[in-house]
Amino acid sequence: MARRGPGALPGFGLALGWTLTWLSLIVLVPLATLVWKSTDLGWARFWALATSKRALASYQLTFGTALAAALVNLLLGTVVAWVLVRYRFWGKSVVDALVDIPFALPTAVSGLAITAALAPRGWIGSLLADHGVRVVYTRYGITIALIFTGLPFVVRSVQPLLQQLEPELEEAATMLGASRWQTVTRVVLPAIAPAALTGFALALARGIGEYGSVVFIAGNRPMSTEITPLLIMTRLENYDYAGATALALVMLVVSFALLFGINLLQAWSRRRGAAA
Amino acid sequence: MAGAAPSRLVGGAAARPPSAPTEPPWVRRLLIAVALGFLGLFVVVPIAVVIDQALSQGLGVYRRAVTDPAARDAIALTLKVAAIAVPLNLVFGVAAAWAIAHFRFRGRALLLTLIDLPFAVSPVISGMVFVLLFGAHGLLGPTLREHWPGLTIIFGLPGIVLATVFVTFPFVARELIPVMEAQGAEEEEAARVLGASGWQMFWWVTLPKIRWGLLYGVILCNARAMGEFGAVSVVSGHIRGRTNTVPLHVEILYNEYNYAAAFAVASLLLVLAFVTLAAKRLVEHRARVVDAAPLDAAPLDPDAPAARLVPTEASP
Repeated sequence: MARRGPGALPGFGLALGWTLTWLSLIVLVPLATLVWKSTDLGWARFWALATSKRALASYQLTFGTALAAALVNLLLGTVVAWVLVRYRFWGKSVVDALVDIPFALPTAVSGLAITAALAPRGWIGSLLADHGVRVVYTRYGITIALIFTGLPFVVRSVQPLLQQLEPELEEAATMLGASRWQTVTRVVLPAIAPAALTGFALALARGIGEYGSVVFIAGNRPMSTEITPLLIMTRLENYDYAGATALALVMLVVSFALLFGINLLQAWSRRRGAAA
Repeated sequence: MAGAAPSRLVGGAAARPPSAPTEPPWVRRLLIAVALGFLGLFVVVPIAVVIDQALSQGLGVYRRAVTDPAARDAIALTLKVAAIAVPLNLVFGVAAAWAIAHFRFRGRALLLTLIDLPFAVSPVISGMVFVLLFGAHGLLGPTLREHWPGLTIIFGLPGIVLATVFVTFPFVARELIPVMEAQGAEEEEAARVLGASGWQMFWWVTLPKIRWGLLYGVILCNARAMGEFGAVSVVSGHIRGRTNTVPLHVEILYNEYNYAAAFAVASLLLVLAFVTLAAKRLVEHRARVVDAAPLDAAPLDPDAPAARLVPTEASP
């Protein structure tokens, strides 16, 4: 099955064999255990556990805040990518490096730092408190933490595509009489849309599963500021494995659906990239 | 899903000519201000807060917090976990990239998606699956305890390593696949034709070719391995001095209202993040320099691969 005929490159059997073994041991068997354990519950019990009032409230909070954060990142991440690719300004390479901080900083540290900044006596929290606004232990605080963790996705997805975009395309539009606004909205934005949406979906998927950066700022009150990953954690700590399994399966299905969507988007994005 | 963004090692940028159409100056300034404001508020402020809080009680408290026996144990455990998990995923990453980049086989696309799975799964679930497998009431837990009574997986080092390997699973493979695909395999094929064995080819041709991509993947993998919180939190049991990694130690200190100490230990992880980013930049820079080097640009030179097969005869 080798690309250049059999025997040209060695090691296919060993490499694929090791890949499949390790993948099965570390990823597939453990995830299959989760699915298998939930079939143990039976449909009625699973449904009751997965749609309890507290679970539904946690889904609504988790998906709502992750969606809001991903939308903010879609908009502002595209602006950041645009500015980093198109404009020259002082300190640009430092700014470019800053974009990676949310990937590099452990989630527990970012969670603590954001909570401390937004606490009523913190740097930003005290300014907000002057206006009677409080964000820690609310869904707005959770959204802010998720904006932080998802920040690099849209920027890093859009940046390479924007760099590869042929300047001739925009020059042609300009010469044909399009205004700058028309060129950007009708030529540039459609070209980077698949990449921006990929980044959006990645940020959304990350936000839904996020735990470390959210727990400190969430307040974790059941029915109001308790995200699904935390509810799973609580169930596990109480040895309620059935409850944890049902919730985890719901999250797993959503994650897989998103991963599938991201793969489709990336394929679309690559075709766009090749066509541009 | 950290690191799932596209690799930055492959694909160059086309320089824009100065004549290219652009926006009026006020629009440019506004967009730059929006971007800088956004990053300042969401990235710079949290970094500054960590430093400020860590030093808020003075250097003495800082020093005591990071040299406290529990902190030292946590640092030692974190280093140990990374030292086991990263090499495991390194070997897997090279094997997976070799198979996926250089061969076409049925199920290749599916395999790529499966490798990405750990990025899509919530860290809490990543830890939980190992509790379901090896925990006291898990699938294999009772059997294991019967045969190896002394073995602790959950609430012990093996569980933490397993959870860490799971969450860092895709990093090396994902960085290497595009690098290997872009480089092709002409040099490897030449080495084979010239009589190199499979392993000789791998050590003297492939490994030097992919070294920057490999290092890049290892850096990202290591950062996540040392910083993982959610997955490790589920499997560790938070036993001080035994199963407490640095991020978990930070959480414990914070929950004890020991804020200055929590941020002092957290600042160590901030340093890790900075070192990671600096190393990443360096590797990106090196990879670009290597890409531009004539040695790699001339794979058809029949002497080049042979010269590198025998390192002592390699030209300077």
